[in-house]
Amino acid sequence: MFAYTLRRLLFAIPTLLVISFIIFALLDLSPGDPTANLPLTIPAEVREQIRISLGLGEPFHIRYLLWLQQFFVNEPLNILERMTGWTIGDSANRMRVISWQTRSPVVDIIAERMPQTLWVVGMSYVVGILIAVPIGVLQAYKQYSIFDQVGTFVSMIGYSVPTFFTGLVLIVIFSVQLGWLPSIYDTNLEVNSLDTFWLQVKQMIMPVMVLALANASQIASYMRASMLDNLNQDYVRTARAKGMKEQTVVLVHVLRNSLIPVVTVIALGIPAIFSGAIITEQIFRVNGLGQLLITGIQGADLPLVQTLTFIFAFLIVAFNLIADLLYGMLDPRIRYE
Amino acid sequence: MSDAAMSVLDTTPPRSQWGDVWRQFRKHKGAMVGMVIFGLILFAVIFGPYLYTVDPQYIDVRARNAPPSWTHPMGTDNIGRDIFAQMLQGGRVSLAVGVTAMLLALFLGTLVGMLAGYFRRLDGILMRVTDLFLALPILPLLLVIIMLFRDTLRALFGPETGIFLLIVGIIGITSWMQTARIVRGDVLALKEREFVLAAKSIGTPARRIITRHILPNVLSPIMVSATLGVANAIITESALSFLGLGFPSDFPTWGRLLFDGANFMTLTPARVVWPGLAISLTVLSVNYIGYGLRDAMDPRIRGR
Amino acid sequence: MNYRHMLAGAAIAGLMAPAAWAERGSDGQVNILYWQAISIMNPFLSNGTKDIEAGSLVLEPLARFNETGVLVPYLAEDIPTLENGGISEDLTSITWTLKEGLLWSDGTPVTAADAVFTWQYCTHPEGGCAQAPNFGGVSNVEAVDERTIRITFDGPKPYPYGPLVGGQSPVLQAAQFEGCLGANAPTCTEANTMPIGTGPFVVTDFRANDVVLLEANPNFRDPDKPAFQTVVLKGGGDPASAARSVLETGEFDYAWNAQVEPEILTQMAAAGRGEVLSSFGTLVERIHVNQTDPDPSLGEGMRSTAAHPHPFLTDPDVVKALSLAIDREILVETGYGAAGQVTCNLVPAPDFNASPNNDWCKTQDMEEAKRLLDEAGWVPGSDGIREKDGRRLSILYQTSTNSVRQGAQALIKQWWEELGVETELRNIDAAVFFGADPGSPDTLQKFYADVEMYANNFDGTDPEKYLGDWICDQAPRPETQWQGGNTSRFCSEEFDALLAKLGSTAGQEARSAIAIELNDMIVNSTSFIPLIHRGRVSVKSNSLGGVLLNSWDSELWNAADWYRMQ
Repeated sequence: MFAYTLRRLLFAIPTLLVISFIIFALLDLSPGDPTANLPLTIPAEVREQIRISLGLGEPFHIRYLLWLQQFFVNEPLNILERMTGWTIGDSANRMRVISWQTRSPVVDIIAERMPQTLWVVGMSYVVGILIAVPIGVLQAYKQYSIFDQVGTFVSMIGYSVPTFFTGLVLIVIFSVQLGWLPSIYDTNLEVNSLDTFWLQVKQMIMPVMVLALANASQIASYMRASMLDNLNQDYVRTARAKGMKEQTVVLVHVLRNSLIPVVTVIALGIPAIFSGAIITEQIFRVNGLGQLLITGIQGADLPLVQTLTFIFAFLIVAFNLIADLLYGMLDPRIRYE
Repeated sequence: MSDAAMSVLDTTPPRSQWGDVWRQFRKHKGAMVGMVIFGLILFAVIFGPYLYTVDPQYIDVRARNAPPSWTHPMGTDNIGRDIFAQMLQGGRVSLAVGVTAMLLALFLGTLVGMLAGYFRRLDGILMRVTDLFLALPILPLLLVIIMLFRDTLRALFGPETGIFLLIVGIIGITSWMQTARIVRGDVLALKEREFVLAAKSIGTPARRIITRHILPNVLSPIMVSATLGVANAIITESALSFLGLGFPSDFPTWGRLLFDGANFMTLTPARVVWPGLAISLTVLSVNYIGYGLRDAMDPRIRGR
Repeated sequence: MNYRHMLAGAAIAGLMAPAAWAERGSDGQVNILYWQAISIMNPFLSNGTKDIEAGSLVLEPLARFNETGVLVPYLAEDIPTLENGGISEDLTSITWTLKEGLLWSDGTPVTAADAVFTWQYCTHPEGGCAQAPNFGGVSNVEAVDERTIRITFDGPKPYPYGPLVGGQSPVLQAAQFEGCLGANAPTCTEANTMPIGTGPFVVTDFRANDVVLLEANPNFRDPDKPAFQTVVLKGGGDPASAARSVLETGEFDYAWNAQVEPEILTQMAAAGRGEVLSSFGTLVERIHVNQTDPDPSLGEGMRSTAAHPHPFLTDPDVVKALSLAIDREILVETGYGAAGQVTCNLVPAPDFNASPNNDWCKTQDMEEAKRLLDEAGWVPGSDGIREKDGRRLSILYQTSTNSVRQGAQALIKQWWEELGVETELRNIDAAVFFGADPGSPDTLQKFYADVEMYANNFDGTDPEKYLGDWICDQAPRPETQWQGGNTSRFCSEEFDALLAKLGSTAGQEARSAIAIELNDMIVNSTSFIPLIHRGRVSVKSNSLGGVLLNSWDSELWNAADWYRMQ
């Protein structure tokens, strides 16, 4: 297992480099223009000058290598400096990855966005999992009971109705009609007292619920299907025949064996937290990483999109590795030599 | 075929595997209800436009934002198009896109997941490709795809078929990864189980082991993927048209109707209720058909 | 309990204070929502209108346009004219005088040297300054004394109010931006996000593409203003929900650019919390008619170029019929409401520049349109589509993605098909359509379609630069990397000559006469179908006073005068 992990980790480096190159090439090829949002009154020569000032005049490979240097050398050095207070080399003139839209370092913007994304999108994931796993288990255990039917019904509706719609319905009901919850997320709110904590809870309820519903539907469906597969296995009958407590049979043995697809879905979902929830963030103006990514793409802000996507890719590779290791723990028969 | 032959067939039904599955499937109440509802929806969108002959693109400017009435059973939209006609027309595209794209994604996902899970040599490379696809930013990817392929496909297959193929292709190649990872995870566990080891030890070829022993056992997560895939494809299609990637803006689909109607939710609720309901009902019925199929194909349940 | 009140916390206690204009900071907090989030506060590096408007809360020019399009002095004492001697007789220079005792928000005095620096900053060849056109033709900017700025042009400039006038070109503080010249411009994060200005507010916290917090400038020149102590400038979302947060939930006081279907706005306004404002500038929604052939079979580099004239859209009868078939009243009613007026002009405003000669298009006349086509020999074929000499009237009609535009497209398609013209619609993501990537087939300039619809306007009140887009040389073509403002590829020597004459004519009346003549040449050509004169539309809550919606400058131009109504 250790050798396998080490090999995978080593293999991850070239993989990530290849991915970063493909992303860069894709972004370069895609028909965006950083001056697209400028008023039409601004003439072409000026637009060309702006593009050159952004470094778009350089050939493709130079820009890619520059990004690699900025992201893998300069940014880590910068973080190190900030943590330790040292000065390493010529830190004032070290080029950081600068966003074209905001002309400020991309890494700083990402750090600024992290809290709201983790709070809202992360929380919705936790809520989703906490709801979905018990429901999926119970649905499978009582297959075709009323509970199962209602659960299926709700999760299918929850998955097939898109978030732009559920979000709007919630706003119309709870913000417009009842006036209970704010429809706009305040990213400046500092939680330092009971009152502000309550405000934070109130502004998180709607976006978290919208996302949790979609997440929970999906996880519960996989949980139910996987539990059903296992509940009819011979080992379950054996365990029951041996007089094991029903609770132990279901919650320890069957659940553990049913978790593989669920672990996969969750492992795929956690990196997605960092790509944010584009639509939900837009509707409630949470302005987290998802909104950052989409405004970056719309404004053809190449350094920002490249950096954000790369971090996302890194997390995908990492969590897929974690999922693979978890498989081995859940089912010791799985061997990766 | 002669009458005599028929009667022979009738009296001695061959107990094939698929016959068993069908018999079991018919006993599944939920699945049958799902089949009926799905059939009704299919019937409505295929034959509906011939029975209800209002042109979905016709604009009656005087009847804007009309509530449901005899002339407009589901009301009209904000420039005066009949919503019922749009629902019927839109369903054809949504269902076609939803089912085809789901099948494509499912096929790709199952194939990759199965190969990666079963053959250790392929695992590394296939899963890294999966990682790559998961990491690609969808929006720029889509823009590049349209730029490269729209005009070619349009020239080859004409505007409508060309765009249909483009959309199905795009949804297919951007949504197979989850299925692949799930199938692979299950296959990794299954291939170490006794019955697979037994099959291997008596020299069963890999192809046979995969199709006869492993595939039936990963069917339930695949069915779940299929159900979720239909919903996904229908909604994604609307996002594509929004980007100017999909069908022209006056070409209705369920996802698009829901999207366009969202802001009019409090003014003309019919604009969002019906498309929302149609998508949900389709997904629900597909889901129950999936349940039925799964139960019917599980030999442990089939015996009961 | 209202959310907005909680947000404001203790500061909102000022709400109970008497008359709002009494003293600075007495009215607590104002919440402003821009659905396109603010990326940067420096308008010279902006990505769009929203950044320029946000910047106008902090940075100010010498003079601005007011809500009627008239120049009013801001940092300047008065507006220089020929009469008061501020503009030289030979029209080659203009001299501005700064108000006395002006201070930057950090307490240092504003001097003519700041204005000189601003010119150097924006015209630096490596700076990528988006507002460089405002300094076009400027040969020198000098500080005559502490308060006097002389701008010299490289030739006679009949309209010299470009540099340092209007929201696009405010004055920067030399001390703060000193190290930000040229290639360093983008790296000055601190200066670009928290500029030191002379305006009513100062940035206290800046979160790119999310929210900007500002507070009253302690050194603002009017000691009683601004009435608000703090400003929250939030961004993100879409126009409909922005309007909702003002009109229905009351969380915000002001929402910018509420371009949504009029019935939605009407319904929201019925809640009684706020009102919809509109104001008209020079923005015209129009259809550009491709004068060149976009047929893909011509091949890249040849399609949509002057080498291949369009087979039927160069026929005056066809284009006139297409224009007559459109019922502009209905387009206004369905898509714009109070924010739209029927127009038949390229230059719709101000009144003295608007041509009175083109009212024929204001009412739909389908019969006349059909008659024109019949007479020109375009007769309906077996499928109802008109044809002549084997050419079918079949049109690909593109625009950007936007629900109002798609509604207009559908309506126009129906009218054109009634006329016997086959129409295929296409909508393209705005970031691609308005982008100028020469590699993309879907840009406005490349124009790989027969007709395309978008809106355009000009800054200020003088249309010379705007009309200048229509000269032959401005046609996008492969040699210019598909850049250029003349998307229709209109080309007329007569027009080019008259435009040159405008460039050397002084005096508003004479200029207006020429501008109207130029406008009529384009409107009566086959390259342009005017649709709607569009206004700005924004919404404000009932409790916000002092708002004067301005289409000639930043919408927040008079934020110093805003106050809380009782």
